[in-house]
Amino acid sequence: MLDAAPRPFVQIEGLKRYFDVSPSWLVRTLERRPRMVVQAVDGIDIEIAKGETFSLVGESGCGKSTVARLVVGLYPPTDGTISFDGNDMAVRRAGAETAALRRRMQMIFQDPYASLNPRWRVFDIIAEPIRAFGLAKDRADLQSRVDGLLRQVRLTAADGRKFPHEFSGGQRQRISIARALASEPEFLVCDEPTSALDVSVQAQILNLMVDLQRRLKLTYLFISHNLAVVYHISTRVGVMYLGRLVEVAPSETLFRRPKHPYTRMLLDTIPDLDMSGRQRNPVAGEVPSPINPPSGCTFHPRCPFANQRCRIERPKAIAIEGGTVACHAVEEGRLAVEERSYDAPVRQRA
Amino acid sequence: MTPPTNYPPLLEVKSLRVEFPTRRGTLVAVDDVSFDIAPGEVLGVVGESGAGKSLTGNAIIGLLEPPGRIASGEIRLEGRRIDNLPYEEMRRVRGARIGAIFQDPLTSLNPLYSVGRQLVETIQTHLPLSAGEARKRALDLLKEVGIPGAEHRIDHYPHQFSGGMRQRVVIALALCAGPRLIVADEPTTALDVSIQAQIIALIKKLCREHATAVMLVTHDMGVIAETADRVAVMYAGRIAEIGPVRDVVKDAKHPYTKGLMGSIPSLGVRHDRLTQIDGTMPRLTEIPTGCAFNPRCDFRGSRCLGERPELMSAGASRAACWLHDRGGVGAPAAKDLADA
Repeated sequence: MLDAAPRPFVQIEGLKRYFDVSPSWLVRTLERRPRMVVQAVDGIDIEIAKGETFSLVGESGCGKSTVARLVVGLYPPTDGTISFDGNDMAVRRAGAETAALRRRMQMIFQDPYASLNPRWRVFDIIAEPIRAFGLAKDRADLQSRVDGLLRQVRLTAADGRKFPHEFSGGQRQRISIARALASEPEFLVCDEPTSALDVSVQAQILNLMVDLQRRLKLTYLFISHNLAVVYHISTRVGVMYLGRLVEVAPSETLFRRPKHPYTRMLLDTIPDLDMSGRQRNPVAGEVPSPINPPSGCTFHPRCPFANQRCRIERPKAIAIEGGTVACHAVEEGRLAVEERSYDAPVRQRA
Repeated sequence: MTPPTNYPPLLEVKSLRVEFPTRRGTLVAVDDVSFDIAPGEVLGVVGESGAGKSLTGNAIIGLLEPPGRIASGEIRLEGRRIDNLPYEEMRRVRGARIGAIFQDPLTSLNPLYSVGRQLVETIQTHLPLSAGEARKRALDLLKEVGIPGAEHRIDHYPHQFSGGMRQRVVIALALCAGPRLIVADEPTTALDVSIQAQIIALIKKLCREHATAVMLVTHDMGVIAETADRVAVMYAGRIAEIGPVRDVVKDAKHPYTKGLMGSIPSLGVRHDRLTQIDGTMPRLTEIPTGCAFNPRCDFRGSRCLGERPELMSAGASRAACWLHDRGGVGAPAAKDLADA
């Protein structure tokens, strides 16, 4: 039974993270206010295979960044397990063993202005993981490793002597990537790595990430709210809504044949750059507060297909077309399958 | 909408130059920018950070932060020059004739006053209405921008609204005195995609119903493609290309616009790699001579190094690129660009 099927590289099961945002005990007692708990991540399952790019999309507040932080261990989970290459991350280990595991996963943050220490030279920023994990034999080895990393992200060895403020946003994000690669990780968690960047710089960074993935056999967990970027870079995509995964599917399937009503709604909001005349439907409503999420399926107040069952019963994820969908309407067959095409007919034929 | 050519332009900007005097010399942030906007037209202004698009918008509404100043050129609204008005007079034009929408709705609203009070104050500043009439107008505006339960919401404070609803309040504020021109600086950037679509639809609807001209400043080409009638692409303080939105998006004439469009991931065709413009936009202190784009351009010729191109006509658009100089050295290369 054990090891019958190869275990996924990263496996997340029933992951939950609640944040207590209650007022203080005194205020609660005097004003008779209840405890308030944000259910930022409310039971999600994800499997990521080695070498693939798994993306999480969703609107702000859906919990995608919390998942990223949980996976790398910046938050402890409230419930659920995360296992990395067969090792349960919650198990207590000896320090050296933990370090050996941690070395293999790194994170790239959204804001390249906030994630680099302004008082450190670029060389030291990139050298820090190498020093922390004791990877370099001597000073010369350290120097050559940092130079190599800088060149890998298309900067020059001379840039190591500079400070972060001397670089543009795109160059700083390259430094962040070089730092993440310094400990020779196999798994990178990228939390909105390009959303603070201009489109032409975004293209440079995305191309760089794809090149590095091929060369170094990296596995990515990619967090973004930009659907076009996600489509471009992902192998598989998970759509999050209010702390839950509503749909997981291979990228092509998700964008061509979306199942969940929320996925369809999100796809409707992508601006039509090909000007094919596709109508963009503005969707009514906004994401409700995760403090008091709606009952049953959390999407039901905005869903045109919601019925009584959706209001009461939380839908379970069912397997469909290589992915999973959590929707009663899809399960009951109330929702017709929809084919979408984004081709620009004029330009394609010409 | 057909390009409204037979109307007199509502806003005319001629050879606008915005400078920042610094200790190390004068920085030219906006250089020789000219365009006009017709009534009811949406002009999109796109560019990357630092291209000068927001400064152009701020110069028009008279809100350049010192030491930034308009060094030369002129701005005319309905034929009247507004760039050299005294502060008080400009304050009356701004608000009454020009409405402004900024990126972050939380910082453009006063957190200490209810939205109703802010609307009434703005209305009464610009229109001769009694408090009761002004409140009624405020209520009508809130309904018009699509705030559900406006009668109830009018007495709420900004923090009680969500981001999308706040931006609707800001739009209502901009509309208070029935302006002829709205300068919207990144109005959807701070919003989620689903809310973004709602706000764009709202701006389009208002523009159509009131024949208000809109200058839409954004870095998001998708927003421009959906909203604008014409688009101006800015690079290093100058307009690189300006033309009808369809032509600029689908058949860009300037190599920079071409690269910019290619670098946007598309849902139509999945490419292995995105088109990439190497390098970055030059800093204001080191703008190269000749064409500012020449160090990053694949079509660079000797002329681009020494001579700065003006906007010249290229198809339905105008582009500041020597490739489109008729009979010039660049003429054959223009064909290469079309094939590329």
